[in-house]
Amino acid sequence: MGNGFVVPAIVAVTLVTLVIGFYGLRLARTTSDFLVASRAISPTWNAAAIGGEYLSAASFLGIAGLVLKYGVDVLWYPVGFAAGYLALLLFVAAPLRRSGAFTLPDFCELRLGSRRLRTLATVFVIFIGWLYLVPQLQGAGLTLATVAGAPYPVGALLVAAVVTANVALGGMRAVTFVQAFQYWLKLTALAVPAIFLMLQWQADARPAVTPPDGPAFRSATTVVVENRAALTFADGTIRQVRPGDELTFAAGDPVPAVSGVADGADWLLPSAAGDDDRGLFATYSLILATFLGTMGLPHVLVRFYTNPDGAAARRTTLVVLGLVGVFYLLPTLYGVLGRIYTPQLLVTGQTDAVVLLLPGAALGDGTTGRLLAALVAAGAFAAFLSTSSGLLTSVAGVVSTDVLGRGSVRGFRLATVIAGGVPTVLALNVSGLDVSQVVGLAFAVAASSFCPLLVLGIWWRGLTDLGAAAGVLAGGGAAIGAVLVTVLGPPLSGWPATLVAQPAAWTVPLAFTVMVAASMATRHRAPADVGATMLRLHAPEALRL
Amino acid sequence: MTADDRVPAPRAPQPRPRTRVVLAEVSRPDDRAARTRAELTQQTRVGDALVRGLVRAQLSLALRLSLVVLVGLGGLPWLFAIAPTVGRVTLLGVNLPWLLLGVVSFPFLIGVGWAYVRLAERNEQDFTDLVQRPER
Repeated sequence: MGNGFVVPAIVAVTLVTLVIGFYGLRLARTTSDFLVASRAISPTWNAAAIGGEYLSAASFLGIAGLVLKYGVDVLWYPVGFAAGYLALLLFVAAPLRRSGAFTLPDFCELRLGSRRLRTLATVFVIFIGWLYLVPQLQGAGLTLATVAGAPYPVGALLVAAVVTANVALGGMRAVTFVQAFQYWLKLTALAVPAIFLMLQWQADARPAVTPPDGPAFRSATTVVVENRAALTFADGTIRQVRPGDELTFAAGDPVPAVSGVADGADWLLPSAAGDDDRGLFATYSLILATFLGTMGLPHVLVRFYTNPDGAAARRTTLVVLGLVGVFYLLPTLYGVLGRIYTPQLLVTGQTDAVVLLLPGAALGDGTTGRLLAALVAAGAFAAFLSTSSGLLTSVAGVVSTDVLGRGSVRGFRLATVIAGGVPTVLALNVSGLDVSQVVGLAFAVAASSFCPLLVLGIWWRGLTDLGAAAGVLAGGGAAIGAVLVTVLGPPLSGWPATLVAQPAAWTVPLAFTVMVAASMATRHRAPADVGATMLRLHAPEALRL
Repeated sequence: MTADDRVPAPRAPQPRPRTRVVLAEVSRPDDRAARTRAELTQQTRVGDALVRGLVRAQLSLALRLSLVVLVGLGGLPWLFAIAPTVGRVTLLGVNLPWLLLGVVSFPFLIGVGWAYVRLAERNEQDFTDLVQRPER
């Protein structure tokens, strides 16, 4: 790709991130400034920051790629990612802010008074944080490789270094400004090209997304295959392709059907009963993981402590729901238009690159197309930077207070370097993982561990420390097992594959059941001050108790 | 009480400035409010019952609204699965599932969230009123 605008755009985003971080550094004076920005950030800033932090590589690149590949069934990803904020609003936002806890381990100790539960929660925060950081760094590596031809480790290392420096030097206040800026950048980076793409689609006389005789190449295309697949050509011949194979198509040639990629009615219509019960199970499992997993993500929760009170936390969450909802209208459009303008991605298997390549493919190689391609690349970079910053802040916060055991600014900086180093090493060594799938698994682990802990801790007096630990170990442990089998284990097929790839539908009920049952069995251990805690979590601030 | 009566009652969205209520009443009810607050903080049976009532009201509100989402959105995969013809209906040239999931679901979620914030704040306002005017 000889697009001379891409590298300057990425450099600009990175520099602005660092400059805002430095500006924040002059404001950050105490440890409290560093960690929760002294709890004095307005709801609008905070909401944009939460939105900026939440919209990760999976949202910016992954959803469009999945829509391009699988069609309507994967629209549950954006719906679930947004619905997760509703669940957070309904069950967690205000009470959690009122609890006065700063991290999830803090909440465990405040509510249940158990140091051991705190340690367990720390382990889960770090695991989920790293599980979510690795695909962000990978996405950065792949993006830079796609748009600028840089070797894979460059992008991953660049994002890791910028984010670590920024978090270590500026702490959370700086990160709040950075995140808020990056939400608006990400929205612009998808919305502006989307307008041009729609106009281009109109100008091309509205080509059909699913033409009756299948998609066709609009211009002569040479495709270099990157994933092993079986191609079925229009004349019925089947050809096995391997990475590195080159195929040449003339303008107007039909796109061959690719194994594992939905086409025609499969792509356009939702999966129906009878053809695949596993599809329906996977859909519901995905809905459950995203709906309940959002509240258990460490970088999402840590933001709530920067609200001045419970009512503000609620309003902030509602604004976030609005911001995130507006954003999620766009990736679907890219996935659909990608069907028309970049069908070669179905053959190469690089569907995650559709957002990056679509502006150039649809608008041609003129200045407009190249500028818009650079804007999208900058937005993608903003996505990696912001989500990684948020994750790193929360993991570093936990590491500095619970593992290193010091609350000083220096301790936080040391913790940041440790917390950023491990996933960087992991990301450099595993490049074969699928970004969206790993993110989905992180949601499943959060939904099966912290979601029951938070919901029952906030609403049920009967929760005990042993019950909470048992539930987290059973549900979260099962979900982590599923992650490890997916990443390291042998390939599975049939029901075991579905149960392991989308574990939430069985691990979440398992976690809730074990937590309730074990709490009832150890009823005498319920904390004596639970009444006072409930009052603190639920009483409105207007009472000034 | 007369000063209080003149205040128009349904002003739910913005919590009333608390000082107005306090100023409108003579010192005795204020003592009562202080006593109720003490009951809350000292976990007497009355205070405990008040908090339990608030928690129950907020939880049932959250559960009712999740049920709305569960039926409204969670029913869709099942509907598409048992009635595949629904998926073939097109509106403005777009298949219905794409419109429902890709566009309509987001305003729906925001609407539910907006309703929750309003109703939850009203629950809290009711609780505050109850604590500050215990004679009711």
